[in-house]
Amino acid sequence: MKRTVFRNRWLPYVLVAPQVAITLVFFFWPAFDSLRLSLYRASPFGDRLIFIGLRNFERLVGDPAYLRSALTSFVFSFFVTFVGLALALLLASLANAKIQGLGVYRSLLLWPYGIAPAIAGIIWLFIFHPSYGILPWLLSFVTAYQFNWFLKGWVAMVLIVVAAIWKQFGYNLAFYLAGLQAIETSVLEAASVDGAGPIRRFFAITFPLLSPVTFFLFTLNMTFSFFDTFGLIHSVTQGGPGDATSILVYRAWKDGFDGLQLGLSAAQSVILMALVIVLTAFQFRYAEKKVTY
Amino acid sequence: MRALRQGCAGIVTLVVTLSVVAAPATSWAKTEIQFWHAMTAVLGERVKEIAAKFNATQNEYEVKAVHKGSYPETLNAAIAAYRAKQPPHIVQVFEVGTQTMLSSGAVFPVYQLMKDHGIAIDWNDLIAPVKSYYSTGGNLYSMAFNSSTPVLFYNKDLFKKAGLPDKPPATWDEVEAMAKKLQAAGAKCPSGSAWPSWVLVENMHALHDQPFADHGNGFDGLATALKVNGPFGVKMLELLARGAKEGWFSYNGRLNKAEAMMGGGECGIFLTSSAYMGNLTRASEGKFTWGTGPLPRMSGFPQGNSIIGGATLWVLKGAKPAEYKGVAQFFKYLASTENQAWWAGVTGYLPLTNAAVKAMEASGHFQKNPNQRTAIVQMNSGKTTPNSQGIRLGNFNSVRDAIEEQIENILSGKKTAKQGLDDAVAKSNEILKEFAALYK
Amino acid sequence: MAADGVTARAHVLAPARLMAGPARRRVDWSGWIAHAILVVAVAMIAFPLYYAFVISTQTLDQVTSLPPKLLPSTNLFQNYADAWTRAHMGRLLLNSAIVAVAVAVGKISISLLSAFAIAYFNFRGKQFVFWMIFVTLMLPIPVRIVSTYQVVSVLGWVDSYWGLTVPLMASATGTFLFRQFFLTIPDSLAEAAQLDGAGPLRFLWSILLPLSKANIAALFVILFVYGWNEYLWPLMITNSPEMRTAVIGIESLVPRTSQLPEWNVAMAAAVMVLIPPVAVIVVMQRWFVKGLIETDK
Repeated sequence: MKRTVFRNRWLPYVLVAPQVAITLVFFFWPAFDSLRLSLYRASPFGDRLIFIGLRNFERLVGDPAYLRSALTSFVFSFFVTFVGLALALLLASLANAKIQGLGVYRSLLLWPYGIAPAIAGIIWLFIFHPSYGILPWLLSFVTAYQFNWFLKGWVAMVLIVVAAIWKQFGYNLAFYLAGLQAIETSVLEAASVDGAGPIRRFFAITFPLLSPVTFFLFTLNMTFSFFDTFGLIHSVTQGGPGDATSILVYRAWKDGFDGLQLGLSAAQSVILMALVIVLTAFQFRYAEKKVTY
Repeated sequence: MRALRQGCAGIVTLVVTLSVVAAPATSWAKTEIQFWHAMTAVLGERVKEIAAKFNATQNEYEVKAVHKGSYPETLNAAIAAYRAKQPPHIVQVFEVGTQTMLSSGAVFPVYQLMKDHGIAIDWNDLIAPVKSYYSTGGNLYSMAFNSSTPVLFYNKDLFKKAGLPDKPPATWDEVEAMAKKLQAAGAKCPSGSAWPSWVLVENMHALHDQPFADHGNGFDGLATALKVNGPFGVKMLELLARGAKEGWFSYNGRLNKAEAMMGGGECGIFLTSSAYMGNLTRASEGKFTWGTGPLPRMSGFPQGNSIIGGATLWVLKGAKPAEYKGVAQFFKYLASTENQAWWAGVTGYLPLTNAAVKAMEASGHFQKNPNQRTAIVQMNSGKTTPNSQGIRLGNFNSVRDAIEEQIENILSGKKTAKQGLDDAVAKSNEILKEFAALYK
Repeated sequence: MAADGVTARAHVLAPARLMAGPARRRVDWSGWIAHAILVVAVAMIAFPLYYAFVISTQTLDQVTSLPPKLLPSTNLFQNYADAWTRAHMGRLLLNSAIVAVAVAVGKISISLLSAFAIAYFNFRGKQFVFWMIFVTLMLPIPVRIVSTYQVVSVLGWVDSYWGLTVPLMASATGTFLFRQFFLTIPDSLAEAAQLDGAGPLRFLWSILLPLSKANIAALFVILFVYGWNEYLWPLMITNSPEMRTAVIGIESLVPRTSQLPEWNVAMAAAVMVLIPPVAVIVVMQRWFVKGLIETDK
């Protein structure tokens, strides 16, 4: 495509300068510094810096607590993504009719997006409160089991999963609704004429057609639950009880800022960086081969 | 479109103006002393108060007390400022940060500060546990400020309901017996504790003259191994695990989370910092009455002493000599008997000098607030031994985390006491060795 | 996340088409079901917030008593006043506003300029700049925590508005969005401008900007919400209570430890903090939805 370009020697450099400057100073410099620091043992006050090669990484990989944290992160992200998308898809499918006011519903469902995960967490924290929360109270009619998230790791996990899904729900639903509305009914009609029932139609046609949306939402929710839920963990469970909700991001922060083990924290950051790169590359690779239909 | 542009310009102007206006003003007349602390609510007010009182006594220096967040946040802020070559003069650091500060090469020892400015302070008058915790070679490195020690609290109303006499338990056997009665009477938390590691492991070991870590708990050199998985430690945790299983010991979280249970009137017997008294008074007002007693002892082990918690004030290097003079004056003010007595009286922290204790006794303060005497009596009746002079570990915060994680595993029945403690020791040793490796 | 993703999504989310045929007769019945389901969904999503609001109007005793009450009570003013003074809400909200607006305005401005340069100029290193900006997508804050903090403290920006806002201002998504958009603008406009003797800046200001209104609005909503709700960065970079942003600052009100269970005050604070970003979304929802579809962060 022919493009008109302006001929100006120095202007483009001036225009990109702010972004380049900020990117260099606040993205690349720290990223390289993380890489560098991860190879050192550092004292909190900075008075001692001892090169130890890959020792920090060895420590992490050999530490069952770190591996547990990785598992916790994956479990958390899996549930937030899978359950969140499944619920959204289910609801969107059930609600997918050519009705008026879809836009209104969408806005009414989207606004939790504006709530910070930490705030959502605080609200759900109260709802789950073992002594006065409405949820344990309701559950107490069904079972005598103590849903005390203070003590039981899995309850704490449920708490943060619910808070995270709640926050993201409208967003997922909006995309699925739009995706479903974009599917031509003629295709589905043809299938029903052929004798396929609604469930068969869904899995054979609708779901595959939705795969770009699903894929997009999958990557988004995974990224969100891995990285943007720090606030949720910090304000609600602080990684507890024990380390039941200590996701990788939280650990990296805790080791660096609470534990003042800077080299170890930097090593964890490097591992996280690798993870993001994989996720991004994965998404890009897939987005390249678009689903054609 | 124009409106949008103008709006944007307006917003940017507003933002810039606000950020300039909102920057704190500096006072030009007096020399400013930056004092960074982590006290909140009522205690924060008291810190402001004592700084204001000092400022009012003279015209040369102004101490600015700045709240910087929690203890770890305040420490981080100080470190960042130090690395940016703009350190505060005084920073309040919690007791677990002691070794970190001592090894940092960034501190101006208090004894040196006072000596340089010719201010004589009777260091020997400091109460023994405080003196021992923060001194090296007999010299005090940081200024004692807010120290507490764990004591036993008990809910008198729940005791009455369970048919127990109005007397706190003195031994763990008594705790068990009384807690069982409380449990039978329906108490949700028959016995419990806050600060699990500090109270149940660190203090219990010190109270029974048991070593916590090698190298004399870190006083004779950088500690590299914990010793909490010995017979005493295991016996202690086995008792608590059994209590949790049988339901007469209730675990309610790390740090001081469990205090909410005591404050809510649910706990019969509760172990936590003596500094909790202020909050408990407020929480229990009009709801229930409570009393205090010394920490319960386990029979069959020698007598030691409880150790302190809380924080002290450290002086950082990097300021001008004239400013250090002001710091020294401020510390002299803090150390005076009158101010010690006032501070301890209004905060519930320990009075730090024997003279202050006597002054409070003389003024009838302990008559009106008998519970505040408990901690002092406990400390005075203990024996300060090498195992109970305090604990000094590098990366102590992480070590406490490791211990508390295993305590949770033990109390929930996931691991036996021995297994849990062994794991805690293994993890902690690794953390300690990392720190020690920095300073080889 | 970048160009191709945008195209893919635009393709996927093409507007619904009207269908004729027997399907329409069935729609009424399933229409009712759809409405019912959506109403239930809205109610369930809204319930926690409604409940939080109810709690924020109760007295302390009502908060801790069971069964829970579901209707607003009378203590609204007291609780909100309490939350305001105890958390110094005025200052917190101001800080959050400054961060949100500064980050949104800053990001938009900077990405506009960069996108303009990339779309309308050929210069040495253009590809390099493009990829450099792209790589920042792989460096979210959590992966550069400790080091960014060191960098900021070396600059002396810890605990300052500069430190709070500037490091958040580089935006790859903004740049890609605008670049994408600029590429769809007919060449004829640029040619005409050049023929008229207008310089590139003039072109940017008078022609491109007005055309980009919708995208700017969309980005503004997303970035405002992002800046307002940022948690990890302000947590690291500020220490003093007066520099904290609202989402962090209200933590002191969340009853955890030995405090009274004043959830009513905590909820009042939570409600106050979430109103501005939610309001921005509601008021600017048209652009918000557009923004969501065009960006993903």
